[in-house]
This record gives sequence, C-alpha cells and structure tokens, in this order.
Amino acid sequence: MPLTLAQLLPGQAGCVCDVQGEKSIRHRLLEMGLTRGTAVQLVRVAPLGDPIEVELRGYRLSVRKSEASRVTLEGE
Amino acid sequence: MTIAPPCTRIRRVAVAGNPNSGKTSLFNQLTGLRAKVANYHGVTVEKREGRLADHDITLVDLPGAYSLSARSPEEVIARNVLLGLVKGEPRPDAVVIVIDASNLERNLYLASQIIELGLPTIVACNMMDVAQRRGRAIDLRRLSEGLGVEVLPTVARTGEGAAELRRAIAALCEATVPATPRRRDFRLPDVIESAVDRIAERLVADDVATEDSARGAALLWLMDRTSDVDPAVRNASLLCHLSDASTDIAEQIASDVSAAFEDPTRVIIEARYDWIGGVVRSASPPTEPSRRTRTDRIDAILTHRLWGMLVFAGVMFSLFLGIFTVADPLMGLIETAQTATAEALKTWMPEGPLQSLLADGVVAGVGSVVIFFPQICILFLLLTLLEDTGYIARAAFLMDRVMNRVGLHGRSFIPLLSSYACAIPGILATRTIEHPRDRLTTILVAPLMSCSARLPVYLIVIGALFGHSVWMRTGVLFGMYALGTIAAFVIAMILKRSLLKGPPPAFIMELPPYHFPQLRTVLRTTWDRSKLFLTGAGTTIFAVCVVIWALSYFPRLDMNNLSAEEAAQLASVAGDEAAVEHVKQSLQLRNSAIGHVGHWIEPIIEPLGYDWRMGIGILSSFAAREVFVGTMGITFALGEADETSDALREKLQSAQWPDGRKLVTPLSGLSLLIFYVFACQCASTLAVVKKETGGWRWPAFMFTYMTIIAYVGALAVFQIGRAMGYA
Repeated sequence: MPLTLAQLLPGQAGCVCDVQGEKSIRHRLLEMGLTRGTAVQLVRVAPLGDPIEVELRGYRLSVRKSEASRVTLEGE
Repeated sequence: MTIAPPCTRIRRVAVAGNPNSGKTSLFNQLTGLRAKVANYHGVTVEKREGRLADHDITLVDLPGAYSLSARSPEEVIARNVLLGLVKGEPRPDAVVIVIDASNLERNLYLASQIIELGLPTIVACNMMDVAQRRGRAIDLRRLSEGLGVEVLPTVARTGEGAAELRRAIAALCEATVPATPRRRDFRLPDVIESAVDRIAERLVADDVATEDSARGAALLWLMDRTSDVDPAVRNASLLCHLSDASTDIAEQIASDVSAAFEDPTRVIIEARYDWIGGVVRSASPPTEPSRRTRTDRIDAILTHRLWGMLVFAGVMFSLFLGIFTVADPLMGLIETAQTATAEALKTWMPEGPLQSLLADGVVAGVGSVVIFFPQICILFLLLTLLEDTGYIARAAFLMDRVMNRVGLHGRSFIPLLSSYACAIPGILATRTIEHPRDRLTTILVAPLMSCSARLPVYLIVIGALFGHSVWMRTGVLFGMYALGTIAAFVIAMILKRSLLKGPPPAFIMELPPYHFPQLRTVLRTTWDRSKLFLTGAGTTIFAVCVVIWALSYFPRLDMNNLSAEEAAQLASVAGDEAAVEHVKQSLQLRNSAIGHVGHWIEPIIEPLGYDWRMGIGILSSFAAREVFVGTMGITFALGEADETSDALREKLQSAQWPDGRKLVTPLSGLSLLIFYVFACQCASTLAVVKKETGGWRWPAFMFTYMTIIAYVGALAVFQIGRAMGYA
C-alpha cells in the first residue's frame, strides 16, 4: 500500500506521487497545485478528526481525509 | 464577434484574480468605493462595476476564481465575461489580474490562463508587504519577462501602488498600437497542440472566440470536454457554444486526444504548473521553508481541540446576540414607526378602501420588508467581518465533520445557524457555499430552523395551554426548536440522497492567512449586499402583503344587512364603543375573502383539531407568521393583541366548537405548534428563495414539502393523541 496524504501525522511531509479518484475531484486537487513532485506537509487535523490542513506551494489548503487518501506520496 | 471602434465609448477593464488575493480591496482602491452592485443575469453571482477614478474607464470586478475551468458558477462567469460570452455584457478591452505575492505559484495558474485569452493585460502583484514579511524577494522585472505582460507591485490595504496601477490601466486603454497578444509559452504534447489549433479554428468560425483568444479558449474547451463538467454549469460552459457541425468536428478531435492520453486535462494542468515553477524560480529564488507565521500562532488557538471549539461557540453566540440584541431595538423602532404611520393615516384620512390600503396594506407591506433590514445588515456585517479576517474558512474547517454526516459542506453551518434568527439572512448567507447543489440543499432546509417569527406563536399557544409549570413550558419550547433542527438535518440527508443526488461535494478549501479587516471594505460590502435584499426580495414581499391585505379587506360587509346571529353578537356588546368596534372588525374579517377560505378549508384542517377561526389565522400567517397572533386577536373580537395578551390567552382557553367541546386543548395546541414548526408560512422567505434560485420552481417545491410535513405531522399528533384518549 502506498503512503497517502491522509496517513501523514502533523508535521510530517512528503512529495506528491499521484492523484487518483474521480475526475472532478482529481482535477480540482491538481489545479490547486497538488501536481506530481509537489512537496506537501500535514499541518494539523481538525478538532473533530476531519478534515486536515496541509501546506503546499507556500499556502494552506484544507481537504477531507477521503480526498487526501486519493493523493499518494513518494516514499519518505 | 465585432471589434468595437476605438475611443468612441467608455472602455471596460476587467479585474480578475483568486479569492483572497485582495482583489476586492484593490478594486475599491481603484474606483474609490463608488461601485454599482448587481447580480449577473439569472445567477446570484455578484457583479460589481465602478469608474476608474479620473478616467473614462469602467472597471468590472470579476468573481474570484482559482481557475477558468467550468467548475462553479463563479468560474464560468469569470471566463465567459473575459471571452465576451455573457449576454448584455460587452467583452472587456483589457484585464487587470490581481495575484497574491505571498502565494505566487497557485495565483499564476489562473493568471496564465487569463493571459492566454489575448486581452491587453496588467498583472498587479498584490500583498507585496506580506511577501516581504515572509522574507520572499520578488524580481518583478523577471516576473514580467516570464509572463510576457506588465507587472506592477501593489499593497491594496494601504493603497500603495494604486496610483501607478491606475496610470498604467489608462495608458493600456489609450495605447494606439494594440499590444501583441501573448501566446502560451510552454509546449504541450503534439497531439494536444494540434487539437488546440483545430478546435481554435472552429471557435473562430462560430464567433465564440476572436483570433487572439481562440487558442486559450480552445484549451479550455478541451479541458471541459475531457473533465467532468458539473451539470449545474454545463449550459454555460464552452461546450454549449459551438454550432452542431463544429461540435461534431471538435468531438472527433477530443476523442483522438482522449485515445492518446489517459487523462489529457491532467497533462495540461501539470505542464502549466511545471512552466509556472520555472517562471517563479527565476523571479523569486526559493527561500527557507516557512517559518512560524502570525497565522500559525493564531491558528494554534483557533483550531485547537478545546480552545478552538470554545472560541467558535463564542463567536457563534455573539453572532446570535448581535442579531437579537442589536437588531431588536431597531426592529422595535421600525415597528413603532409603522404603527404610528398607520395610526396617523387612520386619523387624517377619511375611512374607506384607500385609507385601509395605505394603512394596512402599503405601510404594513413596507414595514414587513424594512423590519428584516436591521437583522440583515448586522448579519452581513458580521459575516463580512468573518470572511475578511479569514475566520469563516476556519469555521467551516471546524464544523465540516458534523455537516459531512448529512452530506453537506462545513460552510453550510453558519447559514443554518443564522436561520434560528431568521431564514432570510440565513438563505442569503448561503452565498459563501461554492457548490450549487450544496447551496440549494442548505437553502431548502434553512426555513425548518425555528426562526424568531415563530416565537410569538409558540409563546401564545404554550402560554395558553401548558401554563402550569415553567419546566413544562420551557420543555415544550425547547422541543419545538429541537424538532425543527432535527427535521432540517434529516431532510437535508434525504435531499442529498434523492433529488439533489450527485457525487459527494469535495471539501477543498483554502485557509487564507488572517488579516486585519478593513473597515471601509467591510462596510461597503455589507451595504451593497443589504441593498440588494431591499431591491430584490423586497418588492415581492411588498406585493404579497398588499394581496393578503386585499383578501382580508374585500368584500366589504354591509353592517346594515347582518345575519341574525351576527346582529345578536353585535347587540350583546351594545353600549361599549370599543367592544362594538372589535366585533365589527371580527365580523368583517370573517366575511372577507380570506374568512371564506377559512370556512372552506375547515373540513381539511378539522382532523388536525383546528376550526375555521384558526384557519383564518393560519392563512393570514402566510404573509408572515407573527401575524397569527394579531389575526387571532381580531377574529376573537379583541382588537389588537400580542403574545403577552392575557385576554387572548383566556379567549383561546375558553373557545369552543359549536357542539360545546373545547376548541383549544393541549392536544390541538400541540398539533398547532407542530404545524408552525414545519409549515413554510413566510412569503418573504419564498421571495428570497425565488431570487436566489432564479425562478419559482424551488420556492414552490419548498412550500409544498414543508406544508405536507406540517399537515401530516399535525394530523398524526392530533389523531394518535385522540386515539390514546387525550382530549
């Protein structure tokens, strides 16, 4: 099983390998900058456990874990 | 598409940019806060236009967008305005793209798409101060070379750079030699490039795009075609602008591309980001990875497990408090003014239809529009503040988990909460929800939250029937609020699984850095939005009030030609002038059109435990719920009454059916309460929903489903209660 963005712990970072799933969501994630090779860091998890906040390309994005699990990361 | 003759008309310049790029602040700086606000035809996307200070140039503020893909109504509008495809909206002569200097890469994604549409372009590199604070140096000359357009630094919050930008816009508009259109600077795989060329030909042939914009537009067409276009925006997307013959050709080209690449859209997006990466690296060398910023320190508290939730509860509580406490005295004033005006009219004008039309129809109609105004202004003020500081995104971040359970988005939380005060500001607040289906679901369930207009009805009925103990009264009142809330969530869940079914909405939301709100911008936005309410929904609300007035005024009862029963009733109070007047009012109402309808519907409402008198109250409540109490006062010949009236309470307690049974029992009272929890008795809400959804279809649906639930719910309570032996 490849590592996904949803599995990171706060403070951990990785590089985007692929974005899977339905086109509409995949393309939105790509357009927001989650393209192959982009460095992402998990900043925090919302108090109720979902969604999560990530940092990429110098800005902060919030996604649900269900969407984050479509983003696979390259090994550490 | 025709090219307009130069210099003979006012030039139009579009201002485009990402949400949170400071676009609106900059727009206000450039136009000096004299913008006109309206909606684009048929959609509730705000359209703002203003004059560029000291010049004959109109600035058009486009809705904020992250890309020109057809994913939301805002993005489709932004793109179609730039291509000149919006009805009644000439294509702009030039465009200013506002980008956030502290977030270059993502902002350049949209910027580069716009540049490719071929309009003369200036890029305003905004928030230079924030970038500087974060230690990010930007070589604007290099950035300009990389993008191929002029780049100017600005700080919208302080106005720095605005004068230079204003001059540059004027120069761009007055340039006699048109700037050579900018071509895309990165190459896509050959299959895609040749497809773009051939689609571009079709777009030009069909007048969808000009020579300059054709290749940029063709790329967007191809992305629409190889991505999933949301059905809600499909009709406005580029796919629907080509002629049938061209569509066939373009479809063939698109299927060739799809055969060559598994996901062409992805190839295009990644190529663009790769190119942007190069431009940014040359203009702004990478700095050390982010340090802890001010936003981080604030978020450590505001999204904290305990403190974050406490602050959130506090913010929501103050929102409520603001709506109730600040708006309440103002609403009281409006009511006093309304009563005084009506009284004055009644004193100074001779009695008759005209006097009654003015006093009870027009003044009441205006009153019921204006009465919402303080609430709406305050709600919009607070919401705009929350939006401008960046907190509203955090609120959605905190509450998304809860809303996700019923298939909604975190952003639906605040509109639903505001609906406890009044569904109208709640529905207007749904404008912060991006996704059309989510927005519609939220609008449709918002009126189930018990609004403040139901409170007088709850109070008079509960006071009359459950008066024994404070606990009982409080319990029933709380129960009504809980019932409405639960219903709203259940209905939302059902709607999202049936009528408004679709892929689960993605929650992909930027968390912008916190900003100090700018008072000028906040006040301006609040005023613009509030004004739209008056002009938009206000007129419908007013019309409905006048219609309800007419129904309860006509036909006139001839007081010299009363039935024996009516005459007896009048005779029984003879001597007491006030009582005679009240009985006359009551007789008139019973004999009016609405009174007759009350009689007609008695067979329908009798199974719920109501007689025709309550029927009249329910019918007149359609103007506004709070009217119920006043109407009951008139029907029971008490004259003016409010929810604290002891006389009305006693009358309700002693009212009987013709056969001597008690009319209002705890059971029929409970049935009435249930009816009021669910029924959509608010013409104003329906008018606002019509305005927000662009037609009568959804308000009609909302009215129907809520009335059915109300009827069935009240019927079930009354019949089951009776079967169990309660009276």
